[in-house]
Amino acid sequence: MRALLIRDLRLATRAGGGFGLGLAFFLILCTLVPFGVGPDAAMLSPIAPGILWVGALLSCLLSLDRIFALDHEDGSLDLLATAPIPLEAVVAVKAAAHWLTTGLPLTLAAPIFALLLHLPGAATGDLVLSLLIGTPALSLLGAFGAALTVGLRRGGLLLSLLVLPLYVPTLIFGAEIVRRGAIGADAASPLALLAGITLLSAALIPFAAAAALRINLR
Amino acid sequence: MSIWEYANPVRFMRSTAKLLPWVVAAAAICVTAGLVWGVLTPPDYRQGSTVKIMFLHVPAALMAINGWLMMLVASLIWLIRRHHVSALAAKAAAPIGAVMTVIALVTGAIWGQPMWGTWWEWDPRLTSFLILFLFYLGYIALWSAIEDPDSAADLTGVLCLVGSVFALLSRYAVNFWNQGLHQGASLSVAPGERMSEVYRYPLYLCMLGFFLLFLALLLIRTRTEIRLRRTAALRAREARR
Repeated sequence: MRALLIRDLRLATRAGGGFGLGLAFFLILCTLVPFGVGPDAAMLSPIAPGILWVGALLSCLLSLDRIFALDHEDGSLDLLATAPIPLEAVVAVKAAAHWLTTGLPLTLAAPIFALLLHLPGAATGDLVLSLLIGTPALSLLGAFGAALTVGLRRGGLLLSLLVLPLYVPTLIFGAEIVRRGAIGADAASPLALLAGITLLSAALIPFAAAAALRINLR
Repeated sequence: MSIWEYANPVRFMRSTAKLLPWVVAAAAICVTAGLVWGVLTPPDYRQGSTVKIMFLHVPAALMAINGWLMMLVASLIWLIRRHHVSALAAKAAAPIGAVMTVIALVTGAIWGQPMWGTWWEWDPRLTSFLILFLFYLGYIALWSAIEDPDSAADLTGVLCLVGSVFALLSRYAVNFWNQGLHQGASLSVAPGERMSEVYRYPLYLCMLGFFLLFLALLLIRTRTEIRLRRTAALRAREARR
């Protein structure tokens, strides 16, 4: 399992792996929003939590189809399916690798992007914390969507249609935490609910995604 | 004799052929009678004539949610017992449920414009219905994207299960996110909240009518799917020869 994780990380970070593309997309989004709504800090500051969370969600979406599609094309997914480790573990490891290459860098870079959007300084900690807790759920749900659409030739657009509705609860609680942080309110209950969603996804999604993979590899 | 005998496509076709005209007739009578009765009710003292939209709105919303529940049960039956009719029924139900969701959203908007002063409000109930519609769209899109019918049935079944969990989560998550403008349960039996009999009985009739309408459309669509599957099988046999 560790070998698989290291292999996936290596594939993602080396040339052509698309590492950093999500971050660049996030930066572009944070640059475009002020052009759309105007540079006024009084305007940007209240919508910053929502923009940052939607941006994180969309940049996460960009790299989802890479989770299984490349391995399916060159046949290594079939090898993984017959490997001695269960397919559920393969899904979990691949989701973890996706999170380490997209979710974690996004979380670490988010405070810088928050400055661009005039997020109140008090909310920076909440932003990092909410992304740290919430983005694993995004990777896991994305792995499920990728597993459903792995055999399809043009799965990319369908993937976003399937995955984005699943992201709704994560987005609601994630943005709520940052919003509460910005006005200095207590964010403990949405934080607990967000952690609950991540844990639920971690418990449920590997099985659902592995079932979908088995059907697609049949 | 067990209910699973109807999972046999031949038996299903034979029994539903007898049943279908009755269901269609009953649906037509109940929907027409319910809607005409609903239109003839006196105007509400506060909502005026707009209260009559309810006779379309509430039954459509009811069937939109129950349509998804029916798909969930049918998907479970397919995944556990591998009855093809069940998978095809789930496939047939999705567009009907999606249309019911649209009817509920559109009639709600038409009622909301004079009553709330807005076509759309990010109210928990409205928002969760929009999300339900997105789930219906994703489900239909996945069915049409996969060529192999058995894989499509399996994958959409898994999607329906996971989608149900997250649709339910969204339903309660949006409560957290915005306060409601939509009234509570329409058929509350609590004293003081209960709807007047003048409106209640035609509403019951409309709900029954929409249930029968859903059933009639579902049977017709499932029978079409079974026939399509048979045609495809015959074509394949013809081509092999």
